[in-house]
Amino acid sequence: MTSVTTTVRAITRRPREQDESEERSNISALDRSRRTVRVTTRILTVLLIVGLVVVAFGPLLWLFKAALSTSQDILKYPFEWWPSGIQWQNLPDAWSQIRIGQYLLNTVWMAAGCWFFGLLVALTGGYGIAILRPKYAKAVNAAVLATLFIPGVVSLISLYVTILDVPLIGVNLVNTFWAVWLPTAASAFNVLLVARFFDRLPRDVFEAARIDGAGVFRVFWSIVLPMSRPVIGVVSLLTIVGSWKEFLWPLLVLPSPDLQPLSVGLYRISDTAPTSLLMAGMFISVIIPIGLFLLFQRQFLRSAGQAGAIKG
Amino acid sequence: MTATAPPVLDEPAVGAYDRPGPTQQPRPRRRPIAAFSAWVRAGGVATLVMFLPLLLTFGYFAWWPILKSLILAFQSTDLINEPTWVGLRNFERVLADPLLWTAAGNTVWFAVLALLIGFPLPILMAMVMAELRRTRQISSVLVYLPVIIPPVVSVLLWKQFYDPSASGLFNTVLGWFGLGPVGWLQDPALAMPSIVIQATWATAGTATIIYLAALMSIQAELYDAAEVDGASILQRTWHVTLPQLRSVILLMLLLQIIGTMQVFTDPFVMTGGGPENRTVTLLMLVYNYAFLSGDFGKATALSLLLALVLSVVSAIYLRLTRKWSES
Repeated sequence: MTSVTTTVRAITRRPREQDESEERSNISALDRSRRTVRVTTRILTVLLIVGLVVVAFGPLLWLFKAALSTSQDILKYPFEWWPSGIQWQNLPDAWSQIRIGQYLLNTVWMAAGCWFFGLLVALTGGYGIAILRPKYAKAVNAAVLATLFIPGVVSLISLYVTILDVPLIGVNLVNTFWAVWLPTAASAFNVLLVARFFDRLPRDVFEAARIDGAGVFRVFWSIVLPMSRPVIGVVSLLTIVGSWKEFLWPLLVLPSPDLQPLSVGLYRISDTAPTSLLMAGMFISVIIPIGLFLLFQRQFLRSAGQAGAIKG
Repeated sequence: MTATAPPVLDEPAVGAYDRPGPTQQPRPRRRPIAAFSAWVRAGGVATLVMFLPLLLTFGYFAWWPILKSLILAFQSTDLINEPTWVGLRNFERVLADPLLWTAAGNTVWFAVLALLIGFPLPILMAMVMAELRRTRQISSVLVYLPVIIPPVVSVLLWKQFYDPSASGLFNTVLGWFGLGPVGWLQDPALAMPSIVIQATWATAGTATIIYLAALMSIQAELYDAAEVDGASILQRTWHVTLPQLRSVILLMLLLQIIGTMQVFTDPFVMTGGGPENRTVTLLMLVYNYAFLSGDFGKATALSLLLALVLSVVSAIYLRLTRKWSES
């Protein structure tokens, strides 16, 4: 129990410490004045960067090449640049013929809903647990925390059964985006992250607002929300990229091809579609996440630690 | 395995908003109706409304499914006919399935290979990256790039690289050295290692960034002190860096084991379980029971068994490592 709470705390604290401790790492300035150290670190650095460019960026570059090649070129000449010429036509063909445009629209819509409901639950829940603190807040907090410790596999089947026939309401959510939006919004990690963030906000501000006559909603809207921009950013990145990567769950609850996101659509057509169009579709589907990543790289790398702890 | 029931909703709430102000007298005991109206006036309803999104989503999609799986595992249900109670029959049928032991073996093999190939690499990369100055940001971006790519795209891309024909990408590289062609995913012995290499490529960036953040928060004084005492760079790595990373390494090890034991997407998309069932994993078996055979009770029983094993393993691991770090 304690290990995860301390992780959450350590992770949320980490960014600040990271900025401060730029002074030194293992190798000191004195070490760097020695020739052998300088040469070794230089060699290691070059090896690392070259290795990373080849291993991490290489496959993406290859995907770009394949997206603009004929199927024949992809299969026969993996290391040649467009022997039969660049096939720009692949992109519009993939967009319409294998319906990548439709899947992309579905993915955006799915991600937007996951983002909205994820934020709604995490912000209101975090506000309740950390700032409002009614008597039952402790019980809610413990019950949310408990779900972090239960392996995800436990509720896969029963969650599907729940979606088929939501208790008390009796509706079937299969083939609606609600089936993806609502379960992903129930993210214990996001709630606890926001609650820990709110815990560290100065309480005097809320007390003062309350004495001035601001109600529960007013404090939330005019004081808490404007103060929580950093945590909103982190939760937004986590939920958007998370839902873009989602595969198994949409595969189960969105059987209709008209609603499927890119990951499910690409999987379904992967055996039948022409290789060139499949590659073009895959290329289109990575542009948006990679663009977001390059644009917000610092925020992404900062919240990367938080994404790692979700798995527990 | 602590399934916690949703908290009772109609319990009156007393919170920050109905605590008596400093000038008020402590509230005397009142009749229930008066107490209730005081609770309402003090913002109790508004507080409860704030909790509603959380209570509803978690109630329906987190807490209830956990309870529901405890029910489903002891029922025979295909979701069409009325479910019937069958006691431990589902568990017996799961344990009697010869494919279970194949899948369990494959899953453990995946986890072991992922540890061997993928566990030390991020630590080493992070250690080198911590020494970088101008290139640290660009190497962080590069190392994290594969993590951003949706898993299905990553798997389909690597499936293309593993093309078994002589003109496949990896086979072309082997051909430069006069080797191959190799069957990769079609070779029963190579299929799982091939999947693990792809999975490592797709996930190692997360671990690297976590280790890098931990490395950057090690206090400079520790290195200074060790240096003054005459410790070399490698000695400092062994006596300062690794002990400081220990708690993160131990936690990442547990998280990786829990994650790899529930692997699904990579083998499902890459091979669909073949060749010769050599890449069928436990979670794929859960999927097959439920969505190919329509046997939801059996599928839930297997997922509970897997979760039970993971919980026991984590409990033992946490106890052992706690003892170890105390001594």
